[in-house]
Amino acid sequence: MITLNVNGRAHEVDADPATPLLYVLRNDLKLNGAKFGCGLGQCGACTVMVDGEAVYSCLTPILLLQGRAIKTLEGLGSAERPGPLQQAFIDEQAAQCGYCIPGMIMRAQALLERNPSPSDDEIRAHMNPGLCRCGTHIRILRAVHRASKTMQGAIPGGKRA
Amino acid sequence: MERTRPSKIIPALIGALAVAIGFAWAMDRHASFASTASPSSPPDATYDPTLIAKGAWLAAIGNCNTCHTASNGRTFAGGRALSTPFGTIYATNITPDPETGIGRWSRSDFLRAMQQGVDREGRHLYPAFPYDHFTHVADEDVNAIYAFLMTRDPVRAQTPANRILVPRPAIAVWKALYLKPGPLVPDAAHDASWNRGRYLVDGLAHCGACHTPRNALGAEKEREDLAGGTAEGWQAPALNETSPAPSLWTTEQLVAYLRTGFSAGHGTAAGTMAPVAHNLSTVPEVEVKAIAVYIAARMGASTGARATAAGNAPGGPGAAEWSARGEDVPVDANKATDGDAIYRTACADCHDGGRRGIALDLSTSVTDTTPANLIRVTLDGIHPREGEKGELMPAFRGALDDTQLAPLIVFLRTRFGHAPPWQDVGGEVARAKRPLESEDRKSS
Amino acid sequence: MSAKPFLRGRSCAMGQETGSGSRSKFRSGLGLTRREFVAGAGALIVSFALLPRLSAGQAAQDARAPTLPGSLKDTPMLDAWIRVGADGTITVFTGKVEFGQGVKTALVQLAAEELFVGPARIELVTADTSRTPNEGYTAGSNSMKDSGTAIMNAAAQVREMLVGMAASRFGVAADSLSVQDGSIRAADGRSVAYAELVAGQSLHVPAQPQSRLRDAKSRTIVGKALPRLDIPGKLTGAVAYVHDLRLPNMVHARIVRPPSYGARLRALDSSATEKVPGVIKVVRDGSFVAVVADREFQAIGAMRSLFRGATWDEQATLSPQSEVYAELQSLPHDDYLIRGDATPSAKTWSVESSYRRPYQMHAAIGPSCAVALFEAGKLTVWTHSQGVYPLKGAIAEMLRLPAEAVRCIHMEGSGCYGHNAADDAAADAALIAVAIPGRPVRVQWMREQENLWEPFGSAMLTTAKATLDGQGTITDWQFDVWSGTHSSRPGQAGNLAAAWLLQSPFALPTPKPIPQPEGGGDRNAVPLYDIANARVAHHFIPKMPLRVSALRSLGAYMNVFSIESFMDELALAAKVDPVVFRLRHLKDARAQDVIRLAAERFGWNNFQERESGKRRGRGFAFARYKNLGAYAAVAMEVDVDRESGRIDVVRVVAAVDSGDVVNPDGIRNQIEGGIVQSLSWSLYESVAFDDTRITSRDWSSYPIMRFASVPRSIDVHIIDRPGAPFLGTGEAAQGPAAAALANALASAAGVRIRELPLTSKRVKAAIGV
Repeated sequence: MITLNVNGRAHEVDADPATPLLYVLRNDLKLNGAKFGCGLGQCGACTVMVDGEAVYSCLTPILLLQGRAIKTLEGLGSAERPGPLQQAFIDEQAAQCGYCIPGMIMRAQALLERNPSPSDDEIRAHMNPGLCRCGTHIRILRAVHRASKTMQGAIPGGKRA
Repeated sequence: MERTRPSKIIPALIGALAVAIGFAWAMDRHASFASTASPSSPPDATYDPTLIAKGAWLAAIGNCNTCHTASNGRTFAGGRALSTPFGTIYATNITPDPETGIGRWSRSDFLRAMQQGVDREGRHLYPAFPYDHFTHVADEDVNAIYAFLMTRDPVRAQTPANRILVPRPAIAVWKALYLKPGPLVPDAAHDASWNRGRYLVDGLAHCGACHTPRNALGAEKEREDLAGGTAEGWQAPALNETSPAPSLWTTEQLVAYLRTGFSAGHGTAAGTMAPVAHNLSTVPEVEVKAIAVYIAARMGASTGARATAAGNAPGGPGAAEWSARGEDVPVDANKATDGDAIYRTACADCHDGGRRGIALDLSTSVTDTTPANLIRVTLDGIHPREGEKGELMPAFRGALDDTQLAPLIVFLRTRFGHAPPWQDVGGEVARAKRPLESEDRKSS
Repeated sequence: MSAKPFLRGRSCAMGQETGSGSRSKFRSGLGLTRREFVAGAGALIVSFALLPRLSAGQAAQDARAPTLPGSLKDTPMLDAWIRVGADGTITVFTGKVEFGQGVKTALVQLAAEELFVGPARIELVTADTSRTPNEGYTAGSNSMKDSGTAIMNAAAQVREMLVGMAASRFGVAADSLSVQDGSIRAADGRSVAYAELVAGQSLHVPAQPQSRLRDAKSRTIVGKALPRLDIPGKLTGAVAYVHDLRLPNMVHARIVRPPSYGARLRALDSSATEKVPGVIKVVRDGSFVAVVADREFQAIGAMRSLFRGATWDEQATLSPQSEVYAELQSLPHDDYLIRGDATPSAKTWSVESSYRRPYQMHAAIGPSCAVALFEAGKLTVWTHSQGVYPLKGAIAEMLRLPAEAVRCIHMEGSGCYGHNAADDAAADAALIAVAIPGRPVRVQWMREQENLWEPFGSAMLTTAKATLDGQGTITDWQFDVWSGTHSSRPGQAGNLAAAWLLQSPFALPTPKPIPQPEGGGDRNAVPLYDIANARVAHHFIPKMPLRVSALRSLGAYMNVFSIESFMDELALAAKVDPVVFRLRHLKDARAQDVIRLAAERFGWNNFQERESGKRRGRGFAFARYKNLGAYAAVAMEVDVDRESGRIDVVRVVAAVDSGDVVNPDGIRNQIEGGIVQSLSWSLYESVAFDDTRITSRDWSSYPIMRFASVPRSIDVHIIDRPGAPFLGTGEAAQGPAAAALANALASAAGVRIRELPLTSKRVKAAIGV
């Protein structure tokens, strides 16, 4: 049994410690946010946060994650009460198929928690490891920028978590 | 108050006098006057296209674009910050812009800068510009590079002011001690290819600028030529007989590595070596071969060699199916800080058998004198150039915390390096995680 | 397309307009009194699935006029599209599917508008072979034209019926009633909700050719940028994709795919795999190999183990990649003349050019996935296929099951951009499910499997020749295109990758070209420009060395790239501004409008080229997708780094005319995305292979555009044509963006590159030192 702290709650998981976090999140904890895109750490669709850093859940075995703070998309907010980033993505309609977006949001969250007012160039550079095939990039950048303003209180944007 | 003993004062006075004399002598020897050469450079139509083309690949060997280009700046327009132990200097604009670049420099101005480290105004150049190597470059090659640079697009970009502690005149002392101007004498004991290789390595390619250790005054230690050095935190491994590579580099492997940035038997040109390989990919193969011949010869007697391994080609049969993870042997949950368990669950899927990443027993990063490169690659991964195919390793910075990264590195050394343990892995991890000092100033 | 009369005002007048203004005794728009209607229908709402699908001929006989609008012509019964539930929920059925293009939202908008309800009242059911109309594939940018039109008209006609029923119930004239928010109100205040009206009644009546649609001016939902209904769920972890589907007792499967096209399984030792913890079964049929386990990670480990136990015989069947274009011209091909006569022109040409496009990949972010359950002789497959009905037929054929025994239900996948491996994953899941009856089987393809096995966009070669007269007008034009098929979708079992591997395999059917005016490899090969003597030939290659099928815009990407690059070359020869040159050769007013709008918003006439120190240039391109669909003009500004050959796309301005705009933000999103994707194709992408295998196995070996290279801005300007036919949007930008890029490169750096992709290496080689 492995205990994982996900979105502030402890979960006992009966899984092989070698199992990458992605499969535990999705199959054991029924959290749909993180996605399988490549299993190779090349696309970022599986991105979650661990101890405040963006991490590829497809490559990180749960062996390494005991006692560490895991945050997923579901920990940022819900459909009824979206978090600032989620709301910003909704406001900017920053999604086409949407498959890459949870990973993008988590990647952006890691940036904004560390640097609440990044420049546009910093956002662009930070988001670079994430792939979007639909071409939603410009909206994604706008959404991150928008969320940073909301989180600083600069604009009254949408619902706050 | 303790009185300083007389026996200490006198050596100090003698030392100061010696420095003053040396300084005066150096100033006399190396002081130059501002150039009186003609100010304007002719338009590119007057340069022979063959000369320009040659200058292009010579400049690629010289890696000019890497230093003289800021991260978001235009090529050759300068602005890139270079951290030195003495402060930060900014690489200059070497486009032919008349005001902010070298547009007014004559051929002889440029020659003097390259071979003597003096600019058009007569000032000494900081040896971060490796004229201690470029001094060996033949006039005709310098002229070709000049033709090439003078035919680039001029870019108006003012180079930011240096923030360096050493005043320029003091460089005269440094030059007196360490600059050995003039061409290299070919070594008759070796063939033309070896000599060409040495000419390039010691001259234009300035490999020693990274691959040789430096002394307290920032000069390369002559007797330890190519014995290994550092570049922006990365270890530039020894390329001489103390090469730590687990298997001997063949000339063919070196050529492939230098031109593609990858060798199946040794690994990827990462960090500060990546742009070097990219530049060399544009250079005629015969020149890269000469470099390889020379370096292979220098490494030839290295005790690190075990065999002339052909290397383990990744992507072998079945590699297409291996995006799976996990080994057959189960791992205990209580092994979170055990290097072996971490390797097997986080690394083996790609690295075992060289399926996707280099088999680690072939990697110099594991056998080198310091874990610096191995740590950096583990933290930040390896990334191809924008839009290009290339090796891609994801960053593990967030996945591994400090209780896991250090044991992993220690384990890799034991398991794959077959070499004495590294000292102070924890300290090296901390150094690697510190952001680098340099910050580029965008060319305006 | 039948003409659509418009309603005036909010109340709807029942019956056909008499023109004289007099109101005759009301009749429902369908020509039935309520009494006749009730007597005729009677029972509960008839399930669509129980009715035989009406053939087009039968539907035509049933209709009063020759053609019903949109997909109604194939599925004329109104209750196939719209049902009113007892609780007031309105269920709308579509045979189209959502994959991020926003079609769900747009269809809900259309239905809500005509039914006078808020969008939240509508529940949309997308393609399900047991529940929804058969609208073929969601492809070709036809969803709005086919399904949107059908739903809009069906909704309007249902509303009319309901008003008629209310008028009858209240005993008043229909035109005295008003409709609002799902209720129908009489002047004296009486009102009745839809649900009450319909209770127990059937809408099982056929549609009419004409509908009373809402006046465009009275619209409250259509034409507005309603936020996409699916986005909030996707951003907060809802079950949104087939990848998220979890069924009780579900098991996880992985396939061991062959390492290359020609590989055959010589031997399989699965003894070690069967001992891996969690493994339930190893499935083998011929060279089809799969393993099933309780847990997903166990399935992955078992897949590896099974791979180690497999021995394949491979053959080197592929010609060198460097010879791909020579190969295209030497492979057997069928020649189709699609414009002009057979006599080759004897003129001397003013300009001749040829263009090249390599194989390119869909490269969906989410590798394909499917879930299948075989129980009591019935197979259900949850799939992100673009065509659940054709897939159903193909799977039934492959498994030798009766068609009625197979049901395919669409659930979203990641963006597919055409025919990717979705159908193959479904086939794999079906094969395994039949081997483990009673348990849902989930198949997830791995990244490399998707890259190696998906059908690519065909390599293509084009040649263009034209003659200009003394006034700079094009007088003669010759265009040839060589291409493999752009359609090998199921349909037939032989189009499923798994079927080729079975002990009794199905052969890949020989493809036939998609006929003009839609076309496949010849899509957009005929220029929209007015040219006196134009001759266009399509050289169709039925047997291609790599697996190929539909990739977003099909042949239009390459044909528009070619033609629009060529137009710039002609403009240069004629010494005319490229925008002016295009306008001179177009009479189509809508084409002219988008061109002018894009040029104006871009600042085309004020542009400064080649500022000192910068190699900055501008490029323009235009096309009407399929010469039938949306009009799109793209203007682009680029900055070329002479030393590296890197093209930096600074900004893009586009103008689009998609006809009647349902959701303007949906259009903008699709055009922005199409431009970015086309730039990625055009700057970076080309499938790599050696003599045996595809080597573009993951993102490191098939790089696509990343944030660092995305333009700073893309502005999309929409010309709205309320009431005009829907023209679709999804594929309109691919071709123009590519050509605008090449034209901008020529402007910035003075080099004309005709081979895609325009990599920095290629650009640098063209620029020289």
